[in-house]
Amino acid sequence: MSPFLSTAITITLSLHALAMALGVLRLLRGPAAQDRVLALDFLFTVAMLTMLVLAIRYDSSMYFEPALLMALCGFVSSLAAAKFLLRGEVIE
Amino acid sequence: MSDIVVAVLLLFSAGLVLTAAIGLTRLPDFFQRLHAPALAATLGTWCVALASIVHFSVRGGAWSLHVWLIAILLSITAPVTAMVLARAALFRRRQAGDPLPPPLGHGSTPDATDTPAEADER
Repeated sequence: MSPFLSTAITITLSLHALAMALGVLRLLRGPAAQDRVLALDFLFTVAMLTMLVLAIRYDSSMYFEPALLMALCGFVSSLAAAKFLLRGEVIE
Repeated sequence: MSDIVVAVLLLFSAGLVLTAAIGLTRLPDFFQRLHAPALAATLGTWCVALASIVHFSVRGGAWSLHVWLIAILLSITAPVTAMVLARAALFRRRQAGDPLPPPLGHGSTPDATDTPAEADER
């Protein structure tokens, strides 16, 4: 791995950490419940992207399945939370 | 050579993710904040997936395209989440009596669409 790529990966990971910190700020501050659900969905997306960047960093293909599962779980949990906000129950 | 492509794609996607996070934090209204994470979920994810494909294809000497699955999955699921969240926010605001965003009119001027007949149609 060239030093250029490893520097870029370091910068990318720190920017992802900054983005997650801003997402946590919205999660804690969000005035309504839907803001918090949106922030959690965003945090899931950024964590999944971090997994993919770590796969390049450690040159391992083992990170693919956790990233896929994270994307799926983020979708299902956001949908369940939004459905709960909409109706008061998840499965009718 | 491939390292440079991967690095540029990663930095571009990191910039997009940071823009999405700033938008999520700084925009004033929920319906405006709803747009911000789409940056990370669409173009940011596509750039990281492309970087991963380039890196592992060059390293392994064979095509490794399975990371597209994540990008395609997110392109399918992100609009669904945004739609359901927007409906939940509309419902909750209507319940609480908070001001709603103005409805989309047919014409360009808001005055022309605010006749009572069309309000009944809506």
